[in-house]
Amino acid sequence: MSALVLDSSALQRTLARMAHEIAEANPDAGSVVLVGIQRGGVAVARRLASELGQVFGRPVPCGTLDVTFYRDDLNRRTAPTVHPTKIPGDIEGKTVVLVDDVFFTGRTVRAAMDALHEFGRPERVQLAVVIDRGHRQLPIRPDVVGKEVSTTLRQSVLVRCSEGEDSDGVFLSDSPASPSASLAS
Amino acid sequence: MIWNRKHLLDLQSLSAEEIIHVLDTAREFKAVGQRSIKKVPALRGKTVVNLFVEPSTRTRISFELAALRLSADVINFSAEASSLKKGETLKDTARNLEALNADIIILRHGASGAPHFLSRFLGAHVLNAGDGAHEHPTQGLLDVFTIREKKGKVEGLNVTILGDILYSRVARSNIWALTKLGAKVTLCGPPTLVPKSFESFAPNVRVTWNVDEALRDADVINLLRIQHERQKASMFPSTGEYAALFGLNTARLAKVKPDALIMHPGPINRGVEIASSIADGPQSVILEQVTNGLAVRMAALYLVHGGASLQVAA
Repeated sequence: MSALVLDSSALQRTLARMAHEIAEANPDAGSVVLVGIQRGGVAVARRLASELGQVFGRPVPCGTLDVTFYRDDLNRRTAPTVHPTKIPGDIEGKTVVLVDDVFFTGRTVRAAMDALHEFGRPERVQLAVVIDRGHRQLPIRPDVVGKEVSTTLRQSVLVRCSEGEDSDGVFLSDSPASPSASLAS
Repeated sequence: MIWNRKHLLDLQSLSAEEIIHVLDTAREFKAVGQRSIKKVPALRGKTVVNLFVEPSTRTRISFELAALRLSADVINFSAEASSLKKGETLKDTARNLEALNADIIILRHGASGAPHFLSRFLGAHVLNAGDGAHEHPTQGLLDVFTIREKKGKVEGLNVTILGDILYSRVARSNIWALTKLGAKVTLCGPPTLVPKSFESFAPNVRVTWNVDEALRDADVINLLRIQHERQKASMFPSTGEYAALFGLNTARLAKVKPDALIMHPGPINRGVEIASSIADGPQSVILEQVTNGLAVRMAALYLVHGGASLQVAA
């Protein structure tokens, strides 16, 4: 069973609104860098960067961050697949907006903050997520949220976010995510 | 692909998919090595022992640095200064190391199968850093990593391995990795060191004793050192004669493909298997192999540590 939370056009409007909220919080357009958390956050960050580029009237740098080595459960599982980390330029003194598809326990974001700081000391770090599904386990809260969705622990949330295609959207499923496909966000 | 092997003992038993997974993981570790902070906390709090019963400098340093860059604690154990000299068996030495809570044991040993032997009774993860003339899996992996990175693929390439094949664990690991990934392997060298029987090793392996023919169509030329330390008899008259008959010199280089990669696992013997100018020339990727070796060993340590008996986390 899988229920539609946001269809393709609702997701597009949500991303546009999120971009405006990021712009409003960061009047200094030149200092904003988006960084998508591997893997679900990467496509979202790319979409947000293009929306934000239109709001700012200038391109917004966008990178990717793999948090595997900073996870707190690395000792308790088979080695997760490592994906590319590409931080655009120097983040020293910048405002880095970490981007993920789903905010769940907060553990990925904690790992992401550790991973990010190996690349420098940003002036500010913010967090933007498409879906906040609840069940935080750490004192971490997103700054920009597309939509809050109340879920049970057994459910999983899928954000499909390629390039505005019809198959895009946000889906809520009654079965937990498969272990290899998703790293509990 | 989920890696679930507890040890890395040889390449013969790995699938092509597993080899590709190590190479892909190594690519991300190579990127870590290019950052200003080259260290990640993947093996924080873990103890890695370099158990080198046979002497080695480059492989030991490479493994040591790989473990350090993963934030592990590293102990180096060499045969010359150890209890093995006092008559302790390998099994007892390994058990003593395990009693110190070693998590990963990297073994270099003169006897083929020594790492497999340890893996049968140790709880720790075992990595083979070279066992006799059997295998040197991380060398084979770093060689195919380098080929894949430079040529964009391995499948369909002609790879010539020239030199002492008979006594070479590097040759054997290369043969397994290359053929599994679809390359065609030509083995060449003096007949005493390149037995025809190697053709039955794997499909797409052929033996020739004609150097010019072996080099003509090669996309990759991997040169191997003469393993004097392993040869029990004199296998050819002199190093001078070897250099003249089988060494890669400028006259032979002029006849190979202009984009052929020149590889060597080191240590190189300038003027014997390779002319000095070729070792330092534009086709040589010898030093890149060293850089890639570090990334491949980080990947091997990372993957093996997560392998076996652990549950796939939700």
